[in-house]
Amino acid sequence: MPAPSTVKPVSTPDNRVVTLPDSSRITPGRVIRRETLVGWLFVLPALLMYSVFVLLPLLLSVLYSFFRWNGVGPATFVGLKNYLTVFQVPDLLGTISNAFWLVVWFSFIPVGIGLVVASVIHRVATGRFGAIARTILFLPQVIPLVAAGIIWGSLLSLQGLVNQALRVFGLGTFARAWLGDFDTALPAVGIIGVWVLLGFCTVLLLTGMTKISAALYESARIDGAGWFREFSSITVPLLRHEIGVCLTVTVIAALAAFDIVYVTTAGGPGNATAVPGIQIYILAFTQRQVGLASALAVMLMIMVVIIIIPIQRLSRVESTQ
Amino acid sequence: MRVVRSELWAGRALLVVLMVFTLLPFITIFTTALHPSGTVPNGLDWPANPQWGNFVEAFNVANMTALLISSTRIVIAVVPVALIISTMAGFAIGALRIRGANALLLLFVFGLTLPFPGIIIPIYFLERTLGIYNTQFAIVLPLIALYMPFAVFWMRSHFVNTPTEISEAARVDGASIWDLFWRIHVPLARAPMSSLGILMSVWTWNQFLLALVLVEDPTQRTMAGALGAFQGHYATDVPLLCAGTILILLPTLVIFVLFQRQIIAALLEGSIKG
Repeated sequence: MPAPSTVKPVSTPDNRVVTLPDSSRITPGRVIRRETLVGWLFVLPALLMYSVFVLLPLLLSVLYSFFRWNGVGPATFVGLKNYLTVFQVPDLLGTISNAFWLVVWFSFIPVGIGLVVASVIHRVATGRFGAIARTILFLPQVIPLVAAGIIWGSLLSLQGLVNQALRVFGLGTFARAWLGDFDTALPAVGIIGVWVLLGFCTVLLLTGMTKISAALYESARIDGAGWFREFSSITVPLLRHEIGVCLTVTVIAALAAFDIVYVTTAGGPGNATAVPGIQIYILAFTQRQVGLASALAVMLMIMVVIIIIPIQRLSRVESTQ
Repeated sequence: MRVVRSELWAGRALLVVLMVFTLLPFITIFTTALHPSGTVPNGLDWPANPQWGNFVEAFNVANMTALLISSTRIVIAVVPVALIISTMAGFAIGALRIRGANALLLLFVFGLTLPFPGIIIPIYFLERTLGIYNTQFAIVLPLIALYMPFAVFWMRSHFVNTPTEISEAARVDGASIWDLFWRIHVPLARAPMSSLGILMSVWTWNQFLLALVLVEDPTQRTMAGALGAFQGHYATDVPLLCAGTILILLPTLVIFVLFQRQIIAALLEGSIKG
């Protein structure tokens, strides 16, 4: 991949300034080539690390997925059988549908709420109040996700704040261990995602809105447009790029979810909150089914691409006009 | 622009509701952490007799001194290296615009879409082969690599906007490419580099999955990784667990409050340009 083959191999071990032996005859073309070579040497350390610990593992994931392997003994080639297993075993297929639900919770809901909230507050969130709000809304974004999980684990527990509030409002009969209940565990995990990502989405969209010309809103008002009209005809179309960014970032966060689920439910009860990240971990490191885990990993990566490409398309159309 | 009064109040009210939603969980674990160890307190009850000692106990039980040393060592090993090599790569791609720059950029940006659990299995086996499993290198090396997509992309978007005249003038004066990079461009790139450094420090501190899978001894892990182990041991002692959680997330909050402008700007711009 690196260094065009026409360049003479003149790299020195320490790779600093490379002097060509016949520097008296440097033509413009040669200078460019030399610069390219030195330039590639600048990229080399980053590229090397990235290749060894990201790209190579990516290829190895694909390779492992074609084998049955317990991680220590010999591996048997099984072709696409691991992929078929993922589709045939309900618990494994369930992780994929759980992943889609998590996309709804981690991505669509924070982006949707963030959009409405940002559009309502974007004209009042100026000055000190706005700055403080920005800081506070961003807080969940900087703490460890594990901590977010532990915090919400206690909030959603039997004695936690959520149930306490329900009892105060006379809704005590609804109180339950939210993360331990088959029906509510996945939405409960989803709420944690909303808490972590809502601030990020709101602030990002808000920043985008400040770039929309105030004159546009002004003239819409003169034409008698209400909040909703403004929202659907100006804000959303002009924020297409920011919305796309928000969706992309949060979709990846949803599909890569691991930390929060691991500390709150570890995939349970049953398989109610088992998402691909958790299932890959369990299959590979406790059940020693490396090939099957890798097949799920590859499918996870493909899912990300499948979901992200249309989002990117939709958000790019506008920016080219 | 004139804003209708009722709208102003509606907006403010919504913002306040949102802030309460964000802050309440923090307040809850704080009040919970002050209850007597071993009890199961109600969500928002202020304890009759606040147990400030819980923080000391959590500090000792979690072996926090060792954790702080271990996490700091990992941050010190990861951040400067990641910063230097990504700045070099960003410089070559953005300022030198070497041949193949676009392809390289695409290759790095592609990494932004990878869900991390997708590559953790081969990283584990790779590290066993390399003999670094269960050492701090097991966390350090993959972390440096995992930051490259964002870091290279971020530095490149700085360098691509620096005027080419700067480089040309320096080259006319006979500066080598290394001088150009080290003496001229790096000093000019101090702002984006420091934002990136702060972000990567926080991310390193918060890294969980790598620590969980690749290092067995919690005292050799990152803070978040250790918190996971701590939770495993003290899941039933809610006040102590909350106290430990506060101790571990406190440094990230302090860093955030100190550098919030850089952090918010870097996260927002970093994703928007992507």
